[in-house]
Amino acid sequence: MDKFTTLRGIAAPLAMVNVDTDRIIPKQFLKTIKRTGLGKALFHEMRYDATGKERPEFVLNREPYRKARILIAGENFGCGSSREHAPWSLLDFGIRCVIAPSFADIFFNNCFKNGILPIVQPKALVDKLLDDAGCGANANITVDLEKQEITGPDGGRVHFDIDPFRKHCLMNGLDDIGLTLQKEAKITAFETRQRSEQPWLYR
Amino acid sequence: MAKPRTLFDKIWDSHLVDEQPDGTCIVYVDRHLTHEVTTPQAFEGLRDAHRKVRRLDATLAVADHNVPTTDRRGGIKEEGSRIQIETLTENCREFGVELFDMNDVRQGIVHVIGPEQGFTLPGATLVCGDSHTATHGAFGCYAMGIGTSDVEHVLATQTLMMKRPKNFRINVEGALPIGVTAKDLVLAIIGKIGTAGGTGHVIEYTGQAIRYLSVEGRMTVCNMSIEAGARAGLIAPDDKTFAYLEGKPKAPKGALWEQAVAYWRTLPSDAGAVYDKDVTIKASDIAPQVTWGNSPEDVLPITGCVPAPADFADEGKRQSVERALVYMGLTAGTPLTQVKIDRVFIGSCTNGRIEDLRAAATIAKGRKVAAHVSAMVVPGSGLVKVQAEEEGLDKVFLAAGFEWREPGCSMCLGMNPDQLTAGERCASTSNRNFEGRQGPGGRTHLMSPAMAAAAAIAGTLADVRDYQR
Ligand code: SF4
Repeated sequence: MDKFTTLRGIAAPLAMVNVDTDRIIPKQFLKTIKRTGLGKALFHEMRYDATGKERPEFVLNREPYRKARILIAGENFGCGSSREHAPWSLLDFGIRCVIAPSFADIFFNNCFKNGILPIVQPKALVDKLLDDAGCGANANITVDLEKQEITGPDGGRVHFDIDPFRKHCLMNGLDDIGLTLQKEAKITAFETRQRSEQPWLYR
Repeated sequence: MAKPRTLFDKIWDSHLVDEQPDGTCIVYVDRHLTHEVTTPQAFEGLRDAHRKVRRLDATLAVADHNVPTTDRRGGIKEEGSRIQIETLTENCREFGVELFDMNDVRQGIVHVIGPEQGFTLPGATLVCGDSHTATHGAFGCYAMGIGTSDVEHVLATQTLMMKRPKNFRINVEGALPIGVTAKDLVLAIIGKIGTAGGTGHVIEYTGQAIRYLSVEGRMTVCNMSIEAGARAGLIAPDDKTFAYLEGKPKAPKGALWEQAVAYWRTLPSDAGAVYDKDVTIKASDIAPQVTWGNSPEDVLPITGCVPAPADFADEGKRQSVERALVYMGLTAGTPLTQVKIDRVFIGSCTNGRIEDLRAAATIAKGRKVAAHVSAMVVPGSGLVKVQAEEEGLDKVFLAAGFEWREPGCSMCLGMNPDQLTAGERCASTSNRNFEGRQGPGGRTHLMSPAMAAAAAIAGTLADVRDYQR
């Protein structure tokens, strides 16, 4: 997983509530057995028409948002299916940070496993960022994970909260499995105890 | 005296392997269900890191999302689906994971077969790379959906890294009226608390209406907890739960069974246990439900009319309603019972169990599917199919003009050939009415199996109570 330290780039506004993971990436792209190459499928139904042509009105089909690194979205972003293909497609497109008033749990969790930073901000601040993002190429936003700070195009800074452990993992690109396996002895001890107390769980 | 604990607290506490001062926990996973869509990259990760599956006895795999529901003897034509299922088969062989392949009679939707095999157990933790894992909460099992990275994490370590979710109680007082089922109940709950109402929480369903539900009905309720944003749904295990599990192939036997049941009886929430959130719903207020929009919270009693954007206070919601009405091809003010349908889908992990098929068959019996409607019934598993055929339900459906299919996820999400075409409107017993869910441009109305059968016959959305004699 790539480290996440500071990200500066174009932010794309997507002012919709309850954007579900079927919408982020529809089922026909779940047949892959790889994690890569899903960027072209991102927001597929909104991005392309039935013949596969780009819909010019969709934000990610417009300049400068084709190169967006940050997505500003509405409430309950990423609800629905647990498909990790959703963060994979965002990442493959180039988006490494999503800012929204709220996220669905599984999606939120899946982001961290892929080096994507999901930031929860109050609705009023997200609305301001949506406005900023609407200014296009002049609207570069900087996200500094170390300082936990978002800097808008006008230089205004806002703080964001993040779980310290998740911040540590993102900043160092740490793999959860490796971390958990450092506690192997504890897992084995748990299994020994559980096997004697609840033997029916072992076959 | 010890502090009173909820059912969830008890399961959580008994599965804690490690807890950091910041609240990051390592939680032990007792049961891991896997399927072809969300595992290829996880097995690949294991292979790359030279890791093994830690608990083969706690891992079970099944092919369900991509399988065709027509005759399978010729294999799978569509290449992507075929490769995904072959990859699962190869991975299971290489790592030693037990697999129900698509020609095994025990094959079916992962959330139907787990309980059916007695793989799902009360007081246990269970995960699957699928959001509807919440289903298994009906047994008092802490069951949650995870992404592929976490699937790999569980395969390698038999644990998950997470923070403790909060407790949310939904108490359903009184009894459900006639014609109102578990599906109507859970749709009404989602309509009330919204699709983000349960975010960060585990919902425990309590109250008379829940205790009265069959185990199948409880699975329907817990299944859709994720549609309310919850991490999991839970229902306290009771004699019905034990009766369902006793004798199932993978359930404990003999003395172990007795020992397990004695422990499971200690699981229900203690009197005085504290919930972070508490909602009470009156069962008698609920009518048969149907969704009209593209979010499961867009739901109304069948006696209602299509709403207008102006009926909603929130600006964001108004915009999404406007979009939904266009997508769904509906005009505000139209009575729901006048909305004409093209297709009917009875099945899925929400409503593909024997009880669901019986409920639909009761309505279908001696009637005919409307001439312009094409309707299909897809059993949730091979064993459900066998049982339904023993009861003659297949004959009832066929005589009424329904198609009778092989088990799988089918048109719940259309990864196989069962899909809606653009503009087609479907009465569906599945769980998601998102844009394109059942096929690009397809229009989904969620409802109970009896309601879907009534719609098939009426040719429009219909009130099942008009069909119950
Ligand atoms: S039936 Fe539908 S919701 Fe259930 S597991 Fe299959 S695709 Fe997912």
